[in-house]
Amino acid sequence: MIKINGNLIEADEIKLADYLNENGYRTGRIAVECNEEIVPKSQYESFIIHSGDVVEIVSFVGGG
Amino acid sequence: MSDRYSRQIVIDEIGQEGQSKLNDAKVLVVGAGGLGSPALMYLAGAGVGNIGIIDADCVSESNLNRQVIHNVDNIGKNKALSAGEGVLRLNDKINVTTYPIYLTKENAADIISKYDFVLDCVDNFEGKFLINDECVRLKKPFCHAGVIRFNGQVLTYVPGRGPCYRCIFEDIPKEGDIPDNAKVGVIGAATGIVGSVQAMEAIKYILGTGNLLTGKMFIIDALTMDVRIAKFGKSNPECGACGNMLWL
Repeated sequence: MIKINGNLIEADEIKLADYLNENGYRTGRIAVECNEEIVPKSQYESFIIHSGDVVEIVSFVGGG
Repeated sequence: MSDRYSRQIVIDEIGQEGQSKLNDAKVLVVGAGGLGSPALMYLAGAGVGNIGIIDADCVSESNLNRQVIHNVDNIGKNKALSAGEGVLRLNDKINVTTYPIYLTKENAADIISKYDFVLDCVDNFEGKFLINDECVRLKKPFCHAGVIRFNGQVLTYVPGRGPCYRCIFEDIPKEGDIPDNAKVGVIGAATGIVGSVQAMEAIKYILGTGNLLTGKMFIIDALTMDVRIAKFGKSNPECGACGNMLWL
Protein backbone atom coordinates (compact mmCIF):
# COMPACT_ATOMS: atom_id res chain seq x y z
CA MET A 1 0.00 0.00 0.00
CA ILE A 2 1.34 3.41 -1.01
CA LYS A 3 -0.10 6.75 0.07
CA ILE A 4 0.08 9.63 -2.41
CA ASN A 5 -1.51 12.98 -1.51
CA GLY A 6 -3.56 11.18 1.12
CA ASN A 7 -4.94 8.57 -1.34
CA LEU A 8 -4.13 4.90 -0.80
CA ILE A 9 -2.85 2.98 -3.80
CA GLU A 10 -2.63 -0.84 -3.94
CA ALA A 11 0.91 -1.47 -5.17
CA ASP A 12 4.22 -2.82 -3.96
CA GLU A 13 6.25 -0.32 -5.90
CA ILE A 14 5.74 2.41 -8.47
CA LYS A 15 8.26 4.35 -10.51
CA LEU A 16 7.78 7.99 -9.61
CA ALA A 17 8.24 9.09 -13.23
CA ASP A 18 5.52 6.65 -14.38
CA TYR A 19 3.08 7.84 -11.73
CA LEU A 20 3.66 11.46 -12.66
CA ASN A 21 3.20 10.74 -16.37
CA GLU A 22 0.08 8.64 -15.90
CA ASN A 23 -1.54 11.26 -13.70
CA GLY A 24 -0.81 14.22 -15.91
CA TYR A 25 1.75 15.91 -13.67
CA ARG A 26 4.29 18.09 -15.46
CA THR A 27 7.58 17.92 -13.62
CA GLY A 28 8.24 21.61 -14.21
CA ARG A 29 5.15 22.46 -12.15
CA ILE A 30 5.64 20.33 -9.05
CA ALA A 31 7.74 19.30 -6.09
CA VAL A 32 7.70 15.81 -4.54
CA GLU A 33 8.45 14.56 -1.07
CA CYS A 34 8.59 10.96 0.09
CA ASN A 35 8.44 10.04 3.80
CA GLU A 36 8.95 13.71 4.68
CA GLU A 37 12.09 14.06 2.57
CA ILE A 38 12.34 16.19 -0.55
CA VAL A 39 12.96 14.23 -3.74
CA PRO A 40 15.31 16.36 -5.88
CA LYS A 41 14.05 16.84 -9.45
CA SER A 42 17.22 15.21 -10.73
CA GLN A 43 16.07 11.93 -9.13
CA TYR A 44 12.51 11.83 -10.54
CA GLU A 45 13.44 9.48 -13.41
CA SER A 46 15.10 6.86 -11.19
CA PHE A 47 13.07 7.22 -7.98
CA ILE A 48 11.05 4.18 -6.88
CA ILE A 49 8.14 4.51 -4.44
CA HIS A 50 7.84 1.43 -2.21
CA SER A 51 5.01 -0.11 -0.22
CA GLY A 52 4.50 1.84 3.00
CA ASP A 53 5.86 5.08 1.56
CA VAL A 54 3.93 8.31 2.05
CA VAL A 55 4.31 10.69 -0.88
CA GLU A 56 3.12 14.26 -1.32
CA ILE A 57 3.13 16.02 -4.68
CA VAL A 58 2.75 19.79 -4.41
CA SER A 59 2.30 22.26 -7.23
CA PHE A 60 3.89 25.59 -7.87
CA VAL A 61 1.31 28.21 -6.92
CA GLY A 62 2.54 31.62 -7.96
CA GLY A 63 -0.40 33.98 -7.59
CA GLY A 64 -0.63 36.54 -4.87
CA MET B 1 -3.53 50.15 27.31
CA SER B 2 -6.79 51.11 25.65
CA ASP B 3 -9.68 48.79 24.92
CA ARG B 4 -8.45 48.23 21.36
CA TYR B 5 -6.71 44.92 22.04
CA SER B 6 -8.83 43.70 24.98
CA ARG B 7 -10.29 40.74 23.04
CA GLN B 8 -6.84 39.28 22.35
CA ILE B 9 -5.08 40.29 25.58
CA VAL B 10 -7.46 37.99 27.46
CA ILE B 11 -6.02 35.03 25.53
CA ASP B 12 -3.48 33.17 27.68
CA GLU B 13 -0.94 32.91 24.84
CA ILE B 14 -1.02 36.68 24.29
CA GLY B 15 -1.68 38.75 27.43
CA GLN B 16 -0.06 42.15 28.08
CA GLU B 17 3.37 40.69 27.45
CA GLY B 18 2.43 39.32 24.05
CA GLN B 19 0.72 42.56 23.14
CA SER B 20 3.94 44.43 23.89
CA LYS B 21 5.84 42.01 21.64
CA LEU B 22 3.36 42.68 18.84
CA ASN B 23 3.67 46.42 19.40
CA ASP B 24 7.47 46.24 19.15
CA ALA B 25 7.50 43.95 16.10
CA LYS B 26 8.48 44.94 12.56
CA VAL B 27 6.84 43.04 9.71
CA LEU B 28 7.42 43.61 6.00
CA VAL B 29 4.65 42.72 3.57
CA VAL B 30 5.94 42.34 0.01
CA GLY B 31 2.99 42.80 -2.33
CA ALA B 32 -0.21 44.63 -1.40
CA GLY B 33 -2.52 42.49 -3.51
CA GLY B 34 -4.80 39.53 -2.86
CA LEU B 35 -2.66 38.02 -0.10
CA GLY B 36 -1.26 41.29 1.21
CA SER B 37 -4.71 42.81 1.70
CA PRO B 38 -6.02 40.42 4.37
CA ALA B 39 -2.54 39.92 5.85
CA LEU B 40 -2.07 43.66 6.33
CA MET B 41 -5.54 44.15 7.83
CA TYR B 42 -5.03 41.43 10.44
CA LEU B 43 -1.49 42.52 11.29
CA ALA B 44 -2.75 46.07 11.77
CA GLY B 45 -5.77 44.92 13.73
CA ALA B 46 -3.57 42.83 16.03
CA GLY B 47 -1.42 45.87 16.74
CA VAL B 48 1.81 44.87 15.01
CA GLY B 49 3.55 48.16 15.71
CA ASN B 50 5.68 48.61 12.61
CA ILE B 51 4.48 47.50 9.21
CA GLY B 52 6.34 47.93 5.93
CA ILE B 53 4.47 47.65 2.64
CA ILE B 54 6.25 47.34 -0.69
CA ASP B 55 4.51 47.33 -4.09
CA ALA B 56 5.18 49.24 -7.31
CA ASP B 57 1.83 48.47 -8.98
CA CYS B 58 -1.22 50.69 -9.09
CA VAL B 59 -4.75 49.70 -8.07
CA SER B 60 -6.99 48.67 -10.99
CA GLU B 61 -10.66 47.78 -11.08
CA SER B 62 -9.91 44.10 -11.77
CA ASN B 63 -7.98 43.92 -8.45
CA LEU B 64 -11.02 44.68 -6.32
CA ASN B 65 -12.57 41.18 -6.35
CA ARG B 66 -9.84 40.19 -3.88
CA GLN B 67 -7.59 43.11 -2.95
CA VAL B 68 -9.98 44.38 -0.33
CA ILE B 69 -7.62 46.80 1.40
CA HIS B 70 -8.04 49.07 -1.65
CA ASN B 71 -11.23 50.76 -2.81
CA VAL B 72 -12.80 52.44 -5.83
CA ASP B 73 -11.47 55.85 -4.81
CA ASN B 74 -7.89 54.54 -5.04
CA ILE B 75 -8.01 53.14 -8.58
CA GLY B 76 -4.84 54.34 -10.31
CA LYS B 77 -3.07 54.98 -7.02
CA ASN B 78 0.10 53.11 -6.03
CA LYS B 79 -0.83 49.98 -4.06
CA ALA B 80 1.70 50.46 -1.25
CA LEU B 81 0.36 53.97 -0.61
CA SER B 82 -3.26 52.87 -0.96
CA ALA B 83 -2.72 49.93 1.41
CA GLY B 84 -0.89 52.20 3.84
CA GLU B 85 -4.00 54.40 4.00
CA GLY B 86 -6.15 51.30 4.53
CA VAL B 87 -3.97 50.08 7.38
CA LEU B 88 -4.06 53.44 9.15
CA ARG B 89 -7.84 53.68 8.73
CA LEU B 90 -8.06 50.46 10.73
CA ASN B 91 -5.37 51.30 13.28
CA ASP B 92 -3.81 54.76 13.53
CA LYS B 93 -1.68 53.77 16.54
CA ILE B 94 0.90 51.87 14.48
CA ASN B 95 3.78 52.96 12.24
CA VAL B 96 3.50 52.27 8.54
CA THR B 97 6.35 52.62 6.05
CA THR B 98 5.44 52.45 2.37
CA TYR B 99 7.79 51.60 -0.50
CA PRO B 100 6.14 52.37 -3.87
CA ILE B 101 8.79 50.35 -5.70
CA TYR B 102 9.55 46.78 -6.72
CA LEU B 103 11.69 44.64 -4.45
CA THR B 104 14.87 43.99 -6.45
CA LYS B 105 18.20 42.23 -5.97
CA GLU B 106 19.69 45.67 -5.43
CA ASN B 107 17.35 46.98 -2.72
CA ALA B 108 16.18 43.73 -1.05
CA ALA B 109 18.89 43.37 1.59
CA ASP B 110 18.56 47.02 2.64
CA ILE B 111 14.79 46.83 3.07
CA ILE B 112 14.44 43.29 4.46
CA SER B 113 17.14 43.77 7.11
CA LYS B 114 15.00 46.45 8.79
CA TYR B 115 12.30 43.91 9.68
CA ASP B 116 11.83 40.90 12.00
CA PHE B 117 9.57 38.88 9.72
CA VAL B 118 8.65 39.02 6.04
CA LEU B 119 5.47 37.99 4.23
CA ASP B 120 5.82 36.86 0.62
CA CYS B 121 2.56 38.13 -0.88
CA VAL B 122 3.91 38.66 -4.41
CA ASP B 123 2.23 37.27 -7.52
CA ASN B 124 5.28 36.08 -9.45
CA PHE B 125 8.00 33.46 -9.09
CA GLU B 126 10.90 35.85 -9.60
CA GLY B 127 9.70 37.75 -6.53
CA LYS B 128 9.11 34.58 -4.50
CA PHE B 129 12.60 33.22 -5.16
CA LEU B 130 14.16 36.65 -4.54
CA ILE B 131 12.44 36.92 -1.15
CA ASN B 132 13.49 33.36 -0.29
CA ASP B 133 17.12 33.78 -1.29
CA GLU B 134 17.55 37.14 0.44
CA CYS B 135 15.81 35.98 3.63
CA VAL B 136 17.95 32.82 3.72
CA ARG B 137 21.10 34.90 3.18
CA LEU B 138 20.10 37.42 5.88
CA LYS B 139 18.86 34.65 8.24
CA LYS B 140 15.44 36.30 8.26
CA PRO B 141 12.25 34.29 8.84
CA PHE B 142 9.51 34.65 6.24
CA CYS B 143 6.20 33.15 5.24
CA HIS B 144 5.60 32.15 1.62
CA ALA B 145 2.13 31.84 0.16
CA GLY B 146 0.64 31.40 -3.27
CA VAL B 147 -2.94 31.28 -4.49
CA ILE B 148 -4.69 30.57 -7.81
CA ARG B 149 -8.33 29.73 -8.58
CA PHE B 150 -9.57 28.09 -5.35
CA ASN B 151 -6.14 26.76 -4.36
CA GLY B 152 -3.61 28.05 -1.91
CA GLN B 153 -0.41 27.05 -0.14
CA VAL B 154 1.58 28.44 2.79
CA LEU B 155 5.09 27.57 4.05
CA THR B 156 7.10 29.33 6.76
CA TYR B 157 10.87 29.48 6.77
CA VAL B 158 12.80 30.02 9.99
CA PRO B 159 16.59 29.67 9.73
CA GLY B 160 17.69 26.23 10.94
CA ARG B 161 14.12 24.94 11.29
CA GLY B 162 13.41 23.17 8.03
CA PRO B 163 13.65 23.65 4.31
CA CYS B 164 13.42 26.93 2.42
CA TYR B 165 11.24 27.58 -0.62
CA ARG B 166 14.14 26.80 -2.99
CA CYS B 167 14.81 23.49 -1.20
CA ILE B 168 11.36 22.38 -2.30
CA PHE B 169 10.86 24.00 -5.71
CA GLU B 170 14.52 24.38 -6.75
CA ASP B 171 14.12 27.09 -9.40
CA ILE B 172 11.81 29.51 -11.15
CA PRO B 173 9.54 27.46 -13.44
CA LYS B 174 10.17 27.82 -17.15
CA GLU B 175 7.87 30.05 -19.12
CA GLY B 176 5.00 27.96 -20.42
CA ASP B 177 5.22 25.42 -17.57
CA ILE B 178 2.89 27.48 -15.42
CA PRO B 179 -0.27 29.06 -16.83
CA ASP B 180 -0.69 32.82 -16.71
CA ASN B 181 -2.36 34.00 -13.47
CA ALA B 182 -4.70 36.41 -15.24
CA LYS B 183 -6.05 33.56 -17.40
CA VAL B 184 -6.31 31.04 -14.57
CA GLY B 185 -8.10 33.47 -12.28
CA VAL B 186 -8.55 33.66 -8.53
CA ILE B 187 -11.48 34.04 -6.15
CA GLY B 188 -11.07 36.64 -3.41
CA ALA B 189 -12.31 34.48 -0.55
CA ALA B 190 -9.43 32.05 -1.28
CA THR B 191 -6.84 34.83 -1.10
CA GLY B 192 -8.59 35.90 2.12
CA ILE B 193 -8.09 32.47 3.70
CA VAL B 194 -4.47 32.16 2.61
CA GLY B 195 -3.41 35.74 3.43
CA SER B 196 -4.99 35.34 6.87
CA VAL B 197 -2.91 32.21 7.46
CA GLN B 198 0.19 34.27 6.65
CA ALA B 199 -0.80 36.93 9.20
CA MET B 200 -1.37 34.16 11.74
CA GLU B 201 2.15 32.79 11.10
CA ALA B 202 3.70 36.24 11.63
CA ILE B 203 1.74 36.76 14.83
CA LYS B 204 2.73 33.33 16.25
CA TYR B 205 6.37 33.92 15.34
CA ILE B 206 6.33 37.29 17.14
CA LEU B 207 4.60 35.83 20.18
CA GLY B 208 6.83 32.74 20.19
CA THR B 209 3.82 30.50 20.65
CA GLY B 210 2.13 27.61 18.88
CA ASN B 211 3.45 25.69 15.89
CA LEU B 212 4.62 27.33 12.70
CA LEU B 213 4.38 25.91 9.19
CA THR B 214 8.12 25.21 9.18
CA GLY B 215 9.08 21.98 7.41
CA LYS B 216 5.51 21.58 6.28
CA MET B 217 3.25 23.16 3.71
CA PHE B 218 -0.40 24.02 4.33
CA ILE B 219 -2.35 23.26 1.16
CA ILE B 220 -6.00 24.09 0.66
CA ASP B 221 -8.42 23.38 -2.15
CA ALA B 222 -11.28 25.69 -1.20
CA LEU B 223 -13.53 24.16 -3.86
CA THR B 224 -13.63 20.82 -2.02
CA MET B 225 -12.36 22.17 1.33
CA ASP B 226 -9.70 19.47 1.26
CA VAL B 227 -6.86 20.64 3.46
CA ARG B 228 -3.57 18.79 3.74
CA ILE B 229 -0.18 19.32 5.29
CA ALA B 230 2.76 18.14 3.18
CA LYS B 231 5.70 17.50 5.48
CA PHE B 232 9.14 18.22 4.06
CA GLY B 233 11.23 17.53 7.11
CA LYS B 234 14.84 18.29 6.37
CA SER B 235 16.41 20.84 4.03
CA ASN B 236 17.54 19.74 0.58
CA PRO B 237 21.34 19.37 0.81
CA GLU B 238 21.59 20.36 -2.86
CA CYS B 239 19.60 23.57 -2.35
CA GLY B 240 21.13 26.56 -4.11
CA ALA B 241 20.02 28.95 -1.36
CA CYS B 242 20.53 27.24 2.00
CA GLY B 243 22.26 23.96 1.00
CA ASN B 244 25.74 25.15 1.83
CA MET B 245 24.87 26.51 5.25
CA LEU B 246 25.65 24.54 8.37
CA TRP B 247 23.09 24.85 11.13
CA LEU B 248 24.92 23.93 14.27
